[in-house]
Amino acid sequence: MSYVPNTVAEQEAMLREVGATSIEDLLAPIPAEVRLKRPLDLPPALGEPDVRRLLMALAEQNADLDHYPSFLGAGSYDHVIPSVVPQLFKRSEFYTSYTPYQPELSQGMLQAIYEFQTMVCELTEMEVANASLYDGSTSVVEATLMAVGPSGRGEVVVSRALDPQYRATLKVYAWARGFTLREVGLEDGATSLTALQEAITPDTKAVIVQHPNFFGSLEDMRAIEKVTHASKALLIVAITEPASLGVIAPPGAYNADIVAAEGQSLGSPMGYGGPALGLFATRSELVRRAPGRLVGKTVDNRGQTGYVLTLQTREQHIRRERATSNICTNQSLLALAATIYLASLGKQGFQAMARQCLQKAHHAQQRIAEIPGFSPLFSRPFFDEFAMATPLPAEQINAALRDRSIIGGYELARDYPEFGDALLFCVTEHRTRDEIETLATALEEITGSAE
Amino acid sequence: MSVEKLIFEKGAPGRHSDVLPAMDVPEQPLDDLLPAEFQRATPAALPEVSEIEVVRHYTHLSQRNFGVDVGFYPLGSCTMKYNPKINEETASMPGFARIHPLASESMTQGAIQLLYELERYIAEITGMQRVTLQPAAGAHGEITGLMIIKAYHESRGDIHRDIVLIPDGAHGTNPASATLANYQTVELKSDKRGGVDVAHLKEMLAKYEGKIAALMMTNPNTLGVFDERIVEIAQLVHDAGGQLYYDGANANAIMGITRPGDMGFDVVHLNLHKTMSTPHGGGGPGAGPIGVAKHLVPFLPGPLPAHGREGYYWQDAGPQSIGRVRANFGNFLVLVRAYTYIRSNGPDGLRHISESAVLNANYLMQALKSDYLLPYDRTCMHEFVLSADRQKALGVSALDIAKRILDFGMYPPTIYFPLIVHEALMIEPTETETLETLDEFIAVMRQIAREAREEPSLLLDAPHVTVVGRLDQTLAARKPDLCWRPDVRAGRPAEVAETANTR
Repeated sequence: MSYVPNTVAEQEAMLREVGATSIEDLLAPIPAEVRLKRPLDLPPALGEPDVRRLLMALAEQNADLDHYPSFLGAGSYDHVIPSVVPQLFKRSEFYTSYTPYQPELSQGMLQAIYEFQTMVCELTEMEVANASLYDGSTSVVEATLMAVGPSGRGEVVVSRALDPQYRATLKVYAWARGFTLREVGLEDGATSLTALQEAITPDTKAVIVQHPNFFGSLEDMRAIEKVTHASKALLIVAITEPASLGVIAPPGAYNADIVAAEGQSLGSPMGYGGPALGLFATRSELVRRAPGRLVGKTVDNRGQTGYVLTLQTREQHIRRERATSNICTNQSLLALAATIYLASLGKQGFQAMARQCLQKAHHAQQRIAEIPGFSPLFSRPFFDEFAMATPLPAEQINAALRDRSIIGGYELARDYPEFGDALLFCVTEHRTRDEIETLATALEEITGSAE
Repeated sequence: MSVEKLIFEKGAPGRHSDVLPAMDVPEQPLDDLLPAEFQRATPAALPEVSEIEVVRHYTHLSQRNFGVDVGFYPLGSCTMKYNPKINEETASMPGFARIHPLASESMTQGAIQLLYELERYIAEITGMQRVTLQPAAGAHGEITGLMIIKAYHESRGDIHRDIVLIPDGAHGTNPASATLANYQTVELKSDKRGGVDVAHLKEMLAKYEGKIAALMMTNPNTLGVFDERIVEIAQLVHDAGGQLYYDGANANAIMGITRPGDMGFDVVHLNLHKTMSTPHGGGGPGAGPIGVAKHLVPFLPGPLPAHGREGYYWQDAGPQSIGRVRANFGNFLVLVRAYTYIRSNGPDGLRHISESAVLNANYLMQALKSDYLLPYDRTCMHEFVLSADRQKALGVSALDIAKRILDFGMYPPTIYFPLIVHEALMIEPTETETLETLDEFIAVMRQIAREAREEPSLLLDAPHVTVVGRLDQTLAARKPDLCWRPDVRAGRPAEVAETANTR
């Protein structure tokens, strides 16, 4: 396979044109001592049908969600993706373009991102949203860096109910940048208010709480907000399941300062965890400290409305070592997918989807709780994820579910040994009542309580 | 010549498309499941449109956008090459697109195998020992690489190294990443030939003795010039106890010809959305895996893909690892595309790509240097930088030239970068352009040079045939309008909307 269009004869003519006898003449600036004197040690080229066959064979070794009903969430969610979403965001005028440096030729993407920013503001009830960041975990990092500010110093308080992978990521950046992380423990599967109050000091720059939290539980955000804002700290709300915003109170309603979220739920394929979609929203007065691209509305020299990248003096290509962030390439195409997804579900559909998640998850939780040995680990309200104590080791249950072509819940002991044998289940609107019943029956068989 | 309404300005109350599954469980009262204090008070004001309206709206927007599939896109340092369609097909296979990152290893054997093999391909192409596939983009690779360097120095008790040297032609992400890793940056001058000024480097190494953590470099650099003194530079930095970071944004020039590892670099990132043909997505997603030399392997983020008797698995990072730099394993579907591309091209194909990219760039450079100033007149690699200084003397800027190029149905070069060239026009044609397209671009650039002399208003008022004319950037920044407000639709004055929207 080659995508180089010019023939050998054409390339020879071009070489003559530039006064070279061979390509070697053009490579002359590369010293002999650093030249690779052998071919790269890679598999030989394959034609298109052979590449397709090879990749198909690899793909088929994976349990895809079309064949394996999944009750696993924990940061990645299996929601219905309307057909229009991939059909439209895969239009190649979009996906083969780049960052819209020349706005007059990129109005389509710029307008879509402006619509995206608006929709993120609507979902979160925040005042401004950016054009996307890499994913939820790095969005939380960017929010934290913004709160910490140019000194890079200070303390940041983080709930133990924040996604363990997010906490791990944050820890690396805290070390590199030089700020201190303090972890706050749990009470009934939610951030302990007492511990939070004790952890906040005059040096605290931010408090990070996930909502719904990693266990799917809803936090007492109003109380957390009070405690946070009683000091000068900023409240950063992490969201891994933005579908929840169709039914639960958004961060703007409880005075969050920054929202850092994962937007994969909004129309992007799960894709083994990437590419994902970092959502970032904040209050207007903080916008000049925010990371990432921003699209703004303006006018052209003919008096027409148009869209441009704006407030770029925050960014690395202008501000270099004093930039608010080092981000350049972001996740525009997934932002576009989210925009089309949200337009497609619309005002009613987005609420209806969220209510289905809520109803189906509660139905599943109640059904599983009827099985001897299974009981809810926590008593707090939840959205579409819930933790259950299990009568057998969680790995053993999951292995048996795998034999029945079902993807089981998240084994909490991987990150929270204090809870013992427990599974975190996720049930979205995509799961059917039959699938939930199949899961419950399987759990009965596996744990020996089947009649 | 037209305005496309926002999606919020289309549709009608109650309009929607039916895309949800059946609600097939017995419905319970909302208040029983969700106490009132947790409930959302007002629904998000999302669009109320039918399916056909969604389809037409975003189809129209796509028609107002320009990508590589539409035409020539010589945006320097961005490597806007053709994105093979087979890559899109493989990345869409349900066995890749619809798999859960936390599903057990036994359910994701194909995914781990692909990443295991891709890691080895990238290590071979860059000449490094091991690779992490986690970073989501080049800048993410940079910060990851700098953190690895930091951990390395710390592990040796070498804790006073707080300076990163960065050439004046570097990408803006380099200094921004250095700050993020808590380093001070010191700028290195370029010499007259466009390479690192070695005398200045020596001076800085002496001045900051014992304090140099790293030198970040692109080679070929942002002038498109290969730094011939790279071995000497590497030696100097290593002798001073520093590490060498390779910004791989320009790797499209070197595949199969030379490798950063062989030049002496300790850390390398590759932008797969540039060199490995994965689409740029209107700004992303990309992928910025980094490779490291042997002594830095213990510090790599984990987990890493591994292979044992029971198949493929994720191996936890060792005790010296910096930890993870994001959730999950990387931009997997981008990595699937890169894997597809490497398997399609093979070792000879990759070398042919780089050679052809160098040839295309030299062909354009030779043809354009009579009409535009070429500040560094020497054989270039995959890109080159012209200056519009001559045109500037006539009252026409690089920006005006770029805007005029739009009228010819082509995307302009990168402008005003690198900062060391006045009125810079940075041109990277890539290997996937035909001779006819290159000739067409030459003709356009020559015509524009003529217009600059004879009819400059054509440039000053450009573009003329795009859907919008030249946009007011200053207004956008002075009064930021970043979000459409429903209040405006109701016809209320903007001031009222402002207050109403204050939360």
